[in-house]
Amino acid sequence: MKLNLKIWRQKNSAVTGRLVDYQLDDVSPDSSFLEMLDLLNEQLVSEGEEPVAFDHDCREGICGTCSLNINGIPHGPQKATTTCQLHMRHFEDGETIVIEPFRAKPFPVISDLIIDRSAFEGITQAGGFITARTGSAPDGNSIAVRKNIAEKAMDAASCIGCGACVAACKNASAMLYVGAKVSHLNLLPQGAAEKDRRVLSMVWQMDRAGFGNCTNYGECSAVCPKEIPLDVIAKMNRDYAVATVKNIFTQAM
Amino acid sequence: MNLRPRIPSGPLANKWDNHKFRIKLVNPANRRKYRVIVVGSGLAGGSAAASLGELGYNVLCFCYQDSPRRAHSIAAQGGINASKNYQNDGDSDYRLFYDTIKGGDYRSREANVYRLAQLSGNIIDQCVAQGVPFAREYGGLLANRSFGGAQVSRTFYARGQTGQQLLLGAYNALSRQIGLGQVKMYNRHEMLDLVLVNGHAKGIVTRNLVTGQIESWSADAVILATGGYSNVFFLSTNAAGCNVTAAFRAYKQGAGFANPCYTQIHPTCIPQAGDHQSKLTLMSESLRNDGRVWVPKDAGDCQKEPREIAEEDRDYYLERKYPSFGNLAPRDISSRSAKEACDDGRGVGPGGQGVYLDFSDAISRLGRSTIEERYGNLFEMYERITGENAYDRPMRIYPALHYTMGGLWVDYNLQSTIPGCFVLGEANFSDHGANRLGASALMQGLADGYFIIPYTLANYLAETGAGAPSTDGREFKDVEAGVKARIDRLLSANGKRSARSFHMELGKIVWEYCGMARNAAGLQKGLELIPSLREEFWSDLRVTGQGEELNMELERAGRVADFLEFGELMMRDALDRDESCGGHFREEHQTKEGEAVRDDENFTNVSVWEYKGEKAPPVKHTEDLHFEDVSPSVRSYK
Ligand SMILES: Cc1cc2nc3c(=O)[nH]c(=O)nc-3n(C[C@H](O)[C@H](O)[C@H](O)COP(=O)(O)OP(=O)(O)OC[C@H]3O[C@@H](n4cnc5c(N)ncnc54)[C@H](O)[C@@H]3O)c2cc1C
Ligand code: FES
Repeated sequence: MKLNLKIWRQKNSAVTGRLVDYQLDDVSPDSSFLEMLDLLNEQLVSEGEEPVAFDHDCREGICGTCSLNINGIPHGPQKATTTCQLHMRHFEDGETIVIEPFRAKPFPVISDLIIDRSAFEGITQAGGFITARTGSAPDGNSIAVRKNIAEKAMDAASCIGCGACVAACKNASAMLYVGAKVSHLNLLPQGAAEKDRRVLSMVWQMDRAGFGNCTNYGECSAVCPKEIPLDVIAKMNRDYAVATVKNIFTQAM
Repeated sequence: MNLRPRIPSGPLANKWDNHKFRIKLVNPANRRKYRVIVVGSGLAGGSAAASLGELGYNVLCFCYQDSPRRAHSIAAQGGINASKNYQNDGDSDYRLFYDTIKGGDYRSREANVYRLAQLSGNIIDQCVAQGVPFAREYGGLLANRSFGGAQVSRTFYARGQTGQQLLLGAYNALSRQIGLGQVKMYNRHEMLDLVLVNGHAKGIVTRNLVTGQIESWSADAVILATGGYSNVFFLSTNAAGCNVTAAFRAYKQGAGFANPCYTQIHPTCIPQAGDHQSKLTLMSESLRNDGRVWVPKDAGDCQKEPREIAEEDRDYYLERKYPSFGNLAPRDISSRSAKEACDDGRGVGPGGQGVYLDFSDAISRLGRSTIEERYGNLFEMYERITGENAYDRPMRIYPALHYTMGGLWVDYNLQSTIPGCFVLGEANFSDHGANRLGASALMQGLADGYFIIPYTLANYLAETGAGAPSTDGREFKDVEAGVKARIDRLLSANGKRSARSFHMELGKIVWEYCGMARNAAGLQKGLELIPSLREEFWSDLRVTGQGEELNMELERAGRVADFLEFGELMMRDALDRDESCGGHFREEHQTKEGEAVRDDENFTNVSVWEYKGEKAPPVKHTEDLHFEDVSPSVRSYK
């Protein structure tokens, strides 16, 4: 296939970027989107030009590293598919494709298509864990977990932390990401002791990091490559409300 | 080279307890005086950094990704073994130990493997407490599945995402320590060398992958948990960034490299579609329970639509050659048979590098919905990648490089031949011998990180005392200068070819001559080809951009340069090990039926390679393996 690419080039975070046009011939429809970019980069290197920087690692849809806005959509047009799993057979011969980094204020561009998602790290560090010191755990089967609860926790835990939800949201809200983590841990009996603390610290940190509010567009879940459901946001909001009330109550005492 | 394994005395089952009692501890108030570097944030590094942080050490942790959660452990699908015996089917520490030793074809250390089995249960407990959402029975208790190489059901799993969930457990614990300031995390930092002071590992030199800055870091000890080297083959199931650089730099600084030729091939991967391909994707082996493997009998039929090939014109070669195991023949045997069929010109799909895995019988026997229920997600994944619907058309599969049993040599304390340099997870050689059983790598990484290193590191630290050296010292400056010189050399080669093109070419050489089946002539050929490719690399490489900025071409070139040297070491080891064992199949040593033939008399040992500088070949040392509790037998799957 032949493709016309418009790719965001930006040397580093200190300068402004712009879209640059590239022509690519001979793309195999069986190649993945990132393999198509590999081909472009090989071409650029052979011409002595600097290749396009983009993030990737596992290339099998699980590590959450890849992050491209393809024709304006985080991870591109195919449902439940990360950029690295998107294949060129879903594009037309001769098509023009616009490739940009995920766009969100809390995720500044580092170079070309690479963004800085450290804001997510701070949220986990604030409370996205169950405190269980190594060696202190009771026998695994001493804690029974209802099958449907385990399944729901697993649904939420399958988030890959790519940030597409933030990039898709007009408000750059991280509610789906945080909601997934809160739901995973708060649903499980092991997570009960820190339930309130967890949701409060994570939400506070999310606000401090500059993520916006949720106004129920639902774009986040629509682009999520792992189809994390909007329920996780409802669950987080409930837990947050309860924890806030309890918090006020204990502070008043 | 000192290869004393430091195996504790006493009966096998008591060794670890005895050892824990005898070795030194660091008192809680003193731990904050020690600084420890952990390179790697996968299951091994992540669990180690979190646990050491909890104990009160000052930990610096490094990874090349933008978050510790993205280490390649995330991609493990199947599950993790533990000898819990929750199924009441006769499992025990001893049985898990025995299966692992046998599966490794009697090329691992008894004491290490027994300890691994003993700790396996603690791992499950720990992960459950962290909130890992393992599969459950209706009664709320933990579920298990069976995996290859075992007659008991001991594998714990979280859907097809066990690695992801275990890693997130370790990542959460690590994040907590980062939040508390106990661990300092350095993402997007690549370790480019190890620094020794007075013969002890006391620091590392890294490149900041965003700014290009070269920095030195000092500590009281250095832990490497940097994963495996499958990417020497270019195409493998590993992530794009997986590399041998950290381990290889340690080797060049004096750490022995053990059994580099022990590599594992996975039989059910999606075949390569063309030269554009950048990686291979694994599909769960469980597919072989219901799929039948075949190729056309006649090479002339390979281009035909598979459905047009009549039943009598198909060769169900596994059923033919291994009537009792059939399509479930072990990983190595079914991989080699696929290669034979393709070498015979009967491979299917692009490049003739594929065989059919056909579900039509199972679909007509069990109905499409049953197959969908069992393998729906795998069929979906297959379609996403190949664009083909495996309900209507047989899948195409081909073996791919998947895991590396070889790695830096370590003693019972997980310490390499360099004092103060410890190696965990896939990066060491310790527990899997010549072949790893499914669901055992996750177990090993977590045993190393959660439950072994906290003890054995303390022993080392207590012996040496606190006091990380200054990075202003000559040793650091020298290594830093070396790192910079190498980067300059990469940037100034001024040739025409990209690092990727060299990597691809290297991959083809090692796959051809040091892949599923090896022989002396081929290995000798490879040993001639690699040095000349390396020469060409240094004269015709083109790396665009500068060193002091984000530069992915430079990153890749550095990794490829190391693979170009490491590939030669791997082949040298494969040539030297003149026997077949586990994943190392030497065609000269097989039975009439194509089974591997070990040479226990000469090779019941670990080959450990010592670097002797650029001009001289490496020197081989051996550690003899002693079997006191099990006696090596012939592995048979008839
Ligand atoms: C597709 C796939 C499926 C698998 N399925 C299973 C399974 O079902 N069960 C099982 O038991 N095993 C499985 N395995 C094997 C298992 O996943 C790995 O062996 C194991 O996870 C390795 O963990 P690790 O911590 O040693 O290394 P990794 O998880 O690879 O981590 C390496 C770490 O080191 C860092 N690093 C590497 N080099 C450098 C450097 N130079 N500088 C700085 N940092 C560096 C990386 O950033 C990363 O954090 C599978 C493997 C693959 C590829
Ligand atoms: S590269 Fe890992 S999810 Fe895309």
